[in-house]
Amino acid sequence: MANTPQNPSSPPDEQVQREAASRSRRAFLVAGAAALASLGGWRWLVSQPKEAGIPRPLRTVLDANGKLAGEYFSNAHLAPVFPKHLVREPRVNGKIGMRGEFDPAAWRLQVSAYADPKQVRTFSLEDIKALPRVEITTELKCIEGWSVVVNWAGARFSDFADKYGLATSNGAATATSADALAPYVRVTTPDNAYYVGLDIASAMHPQTLLCYEMNGEPLSITHGAPLRLAMPVKYGIKYLKRIGTIQFLDQRPADYWADRGYDWNAGH
Amino acid sequence: MKQLKEKHPLAIRWFHWINFPVLMLMIWSGLLIYWANDIYRIGWGKTTLFRFFPDSFYKALNVPFRLAEGMSLHFVFMWLFVINGVLYMAYTFLSGEWRYLLPNRHSFREAWQVTLHDLGLRKTEPPVRKYNGAQRIAYTAVLLMGIGSLLTGLAIYKPTQLAWLTQLLGGYEAARAQHFVLTIGYVLFFVVHVLQVARAGWNNFRSMIAGFEVVDTPAPQASTAPAADRPAPSSI
Repeated sequence: MANTPQNPSSPPDEQVQREAASRSRRAFLVAGAAALASLGGWRWLVSQPKEAGIPRPLRTVLDANGKLAGEYFSNAHLAPVFPKHLVREPRVNGKIGMRGEFDPAAWRLQVSAYADPKQVRTFSLEDIKALPRVEITTELKCIEGWSVVVNWAGARFSDFADKYGLATSNGAATATSADALAPYVRVTTPDNAYYVGLDIASAMHPQTLLCYEMNGEPLSITHGAPLRLAMPVKYGIKYLKRIGTIQFLDQRPADYWADRGYDWNAGH
Repeated sequence: MKQLKEKHPLAIRWFHWINFPVLMLMIWSGLLIYWANDIYRIGWGKTTLFRFFPDSFYKALNVPFRLAEGMSLHFVFMWLFVINGVLYMAYTFLSGEWRYLLPNRHSFREAWQVTLHDLGLRKTEPPVRKYNGAQRIAYTAVLLMGIGSLLTGLAIYKPTQLAWLTQLLGGYEAARAQHFVLTIGYVLFFVVHVLQVARAGWNNFRSMIAGFEVVDTPAPQASTAPAADRPAPSSI
């Protein structure tokens, strides 16, 4: 093997080149195969049957993300609050469910409680206003990426559910265990054209409001009079305006934007 | 005489080549998301030098109205980006590879020399090791940027549950801006990186795939310097 007296342990150049060529060939074959495999994986991914607008594996991971985030979710984690002078008028972004004639004076909230889903209970705006009034000034974050500080006033969703025993399986004010609580809430506009699905933890979060005032004024029609959701634990798409019905459910309800490719959880 | 010299360990090569398409996909899906609120620009007052991004750019890449798709990809492939990045860092620090990667007290002066040399303003070649000073700084910076993308990304992904983080970064809108600036940073890094790899040539490029470089070494008794200090092509 050794051909140079100076360096008996070094192989000759051509042998080095041969080894280089063979190692390169092997490495590039592996690299090419890996590149083809990942391209194949991508093709497979995007060709999977769609579930609510996106390939099923993506939907599965989004839902898993939601579950994981739910594990960390806590009523002690609060959205930051801001001084009132920072408030601005939010853009009127959504008109779905807000079309057609509407008389706020004749409005009634219809609720199906978890204990007795068949019976629809109705509430007036006065019933909501009779609950403790809570005011928060938080960032409304649109899923489009913009945000604006808004002052919201209304009743805590959890106060409403607790007072009327809406979320518990036995109609009691507070649940004795987590199992006794409805896992999901569905909220819709009176015409059912817009609908959101919520996990119970987000609905019962202390900053989730049944809101009737925005920036110190009663809600305008375009911002959801007489009652809307305001919940800084979610993107703005869940701040349903002009609430018509609330249902407490066992099964995860559909969600307008989740049906169109967005994350069902859409949680912060 | 020629010799094969091991340069990049197999694990580092896998991390590098997994990161490449995953980061591309994160940037692409990020662009689909960013389009829905494309407020950033370079300028002051009413003067705008450059808008991120011109409509023609979006149109050419078919970006508009793909927010939902962008978000779904972003929040799935973020896992690969993070897992690959964490494994890479763990490997780099446990294997001792960090010794070649992190800048040391010579790196900044050396980086300046490399920059002057690569721009054709300085004749003498800087000393070349596995990574020169400029490379050490650039690669360490891009690693820190990855950590930054993770943190700013989490801050805008869960701004209520991780409110402490979002506030630490200056708030929701600040964190979003930082997340965007870091992404522009990757693109700039990528441009320089590809140019430098092209400049450095085949031997260097091959080492990121096959792991070794072919180096010319003088007869052993003529040199007492360790192999690591012998000339090899430089690259960023």
